[in-house]
Amino acid sequence: MKIGVLALQGAFIEHIKILRDLGVEAVEVRLPEDLEGLDGLIIPGGESTTIGKLATMYHFMEPLREFAARKAMWGTCAGMIFMAKEIGDGRSNHGQPLLAIMDILVDRNAFGRQVDSFEVDLDVPVINNGAVAPFPAVFIRAPRLVAVKGDTQVIARLADGTAVAAQEGKWLVTSFHPELTGDDRFHKYFLKLAA
Amino acid sequence: MASAIGTVQILEEHMSNKNGHSTQGGVGSFKVKTGLAQMLKGGVIMDVVTPEQAIIAERAGAVAVMALERVPADIRAQGGVARMSDPGLIKEIIQSVTIPVMAKARIGHFVEAQILEAIGVDYIDESEVLTPADEEHHIYKHPFKVPFVCGCRNLGEALRRIGEGAAMIRTKGEAGTGDVVEAVRHARTVLGEIRRLQLMPDEELMSYAKTIGAPYALVKETKDLGRLPVVNFAAGGIATPADAALMMQIGVDGVFVGSGIFKSADPAPRAKAIVEATTHYNNPEILARVSENLGEPMVGINVSSLPESEQLAVRGW
Repeated sequence: MKIGVLALQGAFIEHIKILRDLGVEAVEVRLPEDLEGLDGLIIPGGESTTIGKLATMYHFMEPLREFAARKAMWGTCAGMIFMAKEIGDGRSNHGQPLLAIMDILVDRNAFGRQVDSFEVDLDVPVINNGAVAPFPAVFIRAPRLVAVKGDTQVIARLADGTAVAAQEGKWLVTSFHPELTGDDRFHKYFLKLAA
Repeated sequence: MASAIGTVQILEEHMSNKNGHSTQGGVGSFKVKTGLAQMLKGGVIMDVVTPEQAIIAERAGAVAVMALERVPADIRAQGGVARMSDPGLIKEIIQSVTIPVMAKARIGHFVEAQILEAIGVDYIDESEVLTPADEEHHIYKHPFKVPFVCGCRNLGEALRRIGEGAAMIRTKGEAGTGDVVEAVRHARTVLGEIRRLQLMPDEELMSYAKTIGAPYALVKETKDLGRLPVVNFAAGGIATPADAALMMQIGVDGVFVGSGIFKSADPAPRAKAIVEATTHYNNPEILARVSENLGEPMVGINVSSLPESEQLAVRGW
């Protein structure tokens, strides 16, 4: 099993470390040719505008869409925004590029500014195998799922019902950052999707 | 990372109880403060003085902007007391972009920090570029919900700032000069001290902590991690894509570019080139391509020609 982490900008080293601790070969992806031979790709948290611009400049958009058509892909925070078909936050996005892979509508910075960033325990049945251990979720200037369409399933919600994680086949998106916690259950779940 | 942050949280809880603030879990926890810095890694944070410059920076791919009235080169040239920027200007810049907005408070000026937190700034730089308000104490940063970044020249200074609650560290360099030599010196000093620390047996750590004036628990965490417990950027004198890539190869997590962009002849292409160089810092072919035809860089000041009274990096205790 070989998993890539898009390393244009953001928290890619954190993902790589967890994957390696799980015994998986993990590589940084900086150019489209680095996608060759991967079983899955993680798009990490970071600044979605920066990641989108660098992905456009370095001709990643079509190769990433072709990759997703065949393989597993997981976007955390900025990665979730980048994978969305539609974003809407009521403000100009200055032409932010989107991969438009997953049938979701995402609201950027939906919880406010950094002073509103928070941690909360989430119930995520799909990663638990019947157990009921909450997942420690870290939300940083986080987006939220406004709507999911087609075959996309919401897999985690906040207590107030806000959707914060979803899955469509081999594609996974989370508003929060499992790579910032010591909990590797989301990474293990993604490896199952990639297998 | 998790284990390091765990120790800092213990310090934080101990101190915040005394202060009557609750910063555990939920909003404003140390994890969400350090977490934002982790999201900025591999990126470029640019100084801007107008909303128009902020938009240019965002379009060039900056991960955040530092909202200022004057860039360090102008502060240096004009002299006088340099203070927090007008909150009205900072709010206009916040409204103009979707990326995080940082702003500077004077060393020890916790009321400037309270004002910046109240207007919704995403990160506060307690900065030696402004005139210090306290020549003995830095801001006690733990009770704030907003995270802080602080400058350092060596490991002891970095760990003292983290002990006070800084969630991100940067080298001081020598701001407003366009001369990268001090940023290199400070990054090499911090990273070299960490490498030597890793070779020390545990029984030497207490004495070492005393020598460098750093909290013991953070010295131990840094040894175990092999890096600072928080994100570490380079700042102070970075003016070209090659400067940014140099700092990344030396081992920092990202770069601040202050005067280097908007004091150059053609800011937009230079900003974009520095962003590309920070991502592809290990790829000389890309670095060569992005370095072409950028026009004149900012006019520099050779740091070795500056008298100590004009050096900003010596501010901070």
